Amino acid sequence: MEKKYIADLENLTPLIGREIIMDGTTIALFRLTDDSVKAIENRCPHKNGPLAEGTVSGTNVFCPLHDYKISLETGVVAAPDEGCVKTYETVIENGKIYLVTAL
Amino acid sequence: MPKQKLLMIGNGMAGVRTIEEILDRDPEKYDITIIGDEPHPNYNRIMLSNILQNKMTPSEIILNDETWYASNNITLHTDEKAILIDRHTNTVTTTKRNISYDKLILATGSRAFILPIPGADLEGVLGFRTIADTEKMIETSKKYERATVIGGGLLGLEAARGLLDQGMDVTVIHLADWLMETQLDAKAGELLKADLEKQGMKFLMQKATAKIIGKSRVTGLAFKDGTQIETDLVVMAIGIKPEIELAQHANLPTGRGIVVDDFLNTADPDIFAVGECAEHNGIAYGLVAPLYEQGKVLADHLCGIENKGYRGSKMFTQLKVSGCDLFSAGDIKETADIKGVTIFNSIENKYKKIFMRDEKLVGVVLYGDTTEGNRLYNLLKKEEELTDFTLVSLLHKSGESENVSVAEMPDDESVCGCNGVTKGDITRAITDKGLTTIGEVTAHTKAGGSCGKCKPIIGDILEHTLGDDFVSAAPAGICGCTDLTRDQLIIQIRAKQLQTAKEVRHVLAFRNPEGCSKCRPALNYYLNMIWPQTHADEPESRYVNERLHANIQNDGTYSVIPRMYAGQTDPQQLIKIAKVAEKYNVPLLKLTGGQRIGLYGVKKEDLPKIWEELDMRSGFAYGKTLRTVKSCVGSKFCRFGTQDALALGEALERQFEFVDTPHKFKMGVSGCPRSCVESGVKDYGIICVENGYQIYIGGNGGTEVKEAQLLTTVATEQEVLDICSAFVQYYRETGVYMERTAPWLERMGMEHVREIILDPTEQAKLKDTLAEALAGRDDPWKQVLEDEEKQKLYHVERV
Repeated sequence: MEKKYIADLENLTPLIGREIIMDGTTIALFRLTDDSVKAIENRCPHKNGPLAEGTVSGTNVFCPLHDYKISLETGVVAAPDEGCVKTYETVIENGKIYLVTAL
Repeated sequence: MPKQKLLMIGNGMAGVRTIEEILDRDPEKYDITIIGDEPHPNYNRIMLSNILQNKMTPSEIILNDETWYASNNITLHTDEKAILIDRHTNTVTTTKRNISYDKLILATGSRAFILPIPGADLEGVLGFRTIADTEKMIETSKKYERATVIGGGLLGLEAARGLLDQGMDVTVIHLADWLMETQLDAKAGELLKADLEKQGMKFLMQKATAKIIGKSRVTGLAFKDGTQIETDLVVMAIGIKPEIELAQHANLPTGRGIVVDDFLNTADPDIFAVGECAEHNGIAYGLVAPLYEQGKVLADHLCGIENKGYRGSKMFTQLKVSGCDLFSAGDIKETADIKGVTIFNSIENKYKKIFMRDEKLVGVVLYGDTTEGNRLYNLLKKEEELTDFTLVSLLHKSGESENVSVAEMPDDESVCGCNGVTKGDITRAITDKGLTTIGEVTAHTKAGGSCGKCKPIIGDILEHTLGDDFVSAAPAGICGCTDLTRDQLIIQIRAKQLQTAKEVRHVLAFRNPEGCSKCRPALNYYLNMIWPQTHADEPESRYVNERLHANIQNDGTYSVIPRMYAGQTDPQQLIKIAKVAEKYNVPLLKLTGGQRIGLYGVKKEDLPKIWEELDMRSGFAYGKTLRTVKSCVGSKFCRFGTQDALALGEALERQFEFVDTPHKFKMGVSGCPRSCVESGVKDYGIICVENGYQIYIGGNGGTEVKEAQLLTTVATEQEVLDICSAFVQYYRETGVYMERTAPWLERMGMEHVREIILDPTEQAKLKDTLAEALAGRDDPWKQVLEDEEKQKLYHVERV
């Protein structure tokens, strides 16, 4: 396992996503109301909508293009729509956010 | 055990549906590879005519996008053609590689049949079959004027209608005596022709084409009777030819199509054929419903599920040309033992004919009203004796025979022919999953997802199944988080002095403490409207467009549309726009419908830089707010202008820019009653006349066109501005979030609105309240440029 520094918690506005590009993949990073942080693939399985720009509510994000509802915890699209996006594990240490990636 | 390798040649509707059916049954059974020679994923070919008719875009007809293939672990090779099948080694050779298989599905479809006449290979001679053909036609229509369609059948007429929509002068050449002669009888064919002629289509009937004239590009057509016509484009729509060459080279038996048995198996036990390329019992089908039925049988078979086999299909036809509703099914020629019953209502131009043999229904032709199509088609499919039925009945009181179709429809009757979904499937989905809308039914059952013609029946079934629950099941609240309506919310917010959205959700017991994408922006709007001075706007509850102050595009880029007051610009602005567009490689510069210049395809990170360099104000083309004030040059230059429309337009735009409204708000100022700016379809439209200004309200040129209504005529510009203040504020205070002025006006009543906003006391009060709300407003682009914290929203981190 490897930890990669990606952002500072204080630079994230709660409920407004941030786009992170890491090794060519773009990731949507979210700070939730309880100050926990979620990271998912920044691409809606429906029409590639940029999820970082979606409306965040609880632990879900609504895609800005066609309102698909996607869980930030599991990456699964809420029924009746279908699909799934990749989720990433994050840790916060001393206000710094790290992405946990498999080596 | 390693998975078996399933290879499919062809990436079209029938083939991919078969794969979907297989995945539904056993997603683990096969390692699936698909080869398609078009450069697109699977799309809905039936909808090509909708692209041509400007009703849909190519991306909207994609049925399975790349992520679908990826998430189902299907290897997809597009833009690649299979050349050879080696049946000894079970290998297929393509233009790029060799692929081995355990099971092979041929789903090669068909191609447009091109008449073998001289000139058929000239440039400008096309079939109508693929996205590429469609794009070619649209491209041609931009450069040329005259189009000829050979073939007055279903496809030909849809193509011709589309070419008319592209602005071309269209002539249809047809060999037979009447249009769609295999699906319609002479009378219905004539009615159709008359309706299409009214739409501007021209016809040459009983004409056989002998030759296509032209040197490198088509210039005309010559007919067997010696006559000629000139044309710039020829679309051949005379039929399809199954793609069977691969099978022929592999020595598989073929006729018109690749010969298959009841399990879609060719002569080789490992090779199957499905769709338009397959011939079953002497018939190669060309409509989607039978192909989907074949797909189900083949999927069962390949997954080892017992099945009765495919027994052939009865077909029906509908035409996708608006204003020409027709339906045809079965046997429609009268003979010694087939007798017809005709009803023709020349008042409403409705024509119905049924064909009976031995008291059984064998054929149907409907023109002008096709609502009974499905019911009759189901009677036809069942082949029951119809002794209980009245064949003709005239002048029944309305209501007596209505809704028979849904209530008496048995569960096994097919509602969506394209996808083979029965009434029973739909009612089960409605009751088991608690569905309440047509959209949900389509999402769960696929019914209504292909040609869409059955959506009204799905609506009837919903209403019938839910009964009294139909109304109560529909949520009364503004979204799924609450049962409170807009009015109840506003009353509670004022009464309980609720200051933030969080407070509203908490105190009013919203089911979801953080709301959803529907109520969040609505609450933010209502709170801003009620507490203009004290409510802190919530950017996180704004839709992305209003948060980033740019309109998000389908590929995740944005548009930049600067303010041009009343559509006026100057050389300095144009130079700046040109320089910025060049510097940032802006992919599209386009004039908008609201008389401005839009820069499209801008990256999020570039937005603040572009705004800074443009040094213009935001045109707010992305918000629920005043958009544009479309204006003509008025008395300044126009010889008909009665007032200075430009100055009035600019004054209105400057006074009301940046104010939030329940939905977008458009204005127009015309200098004279010719109304070049279309004031009659604006939310607030002015028509200048010699003695003053006519004020129209509640017009809408969008989804549902609504003509604006005359409010009053006033003598001065100041009155126009004052009444506008009162109107905007009254709409802000009473409108439901996302409700345009047209439905709002209908709901409130024109007389009521007139009384309020023309009453001097009310008008002054509304004007003052709006002034308060407008006081704090400023150009959002400038605000971003002056605030580093706000600029962070546009940053993309690279790590």
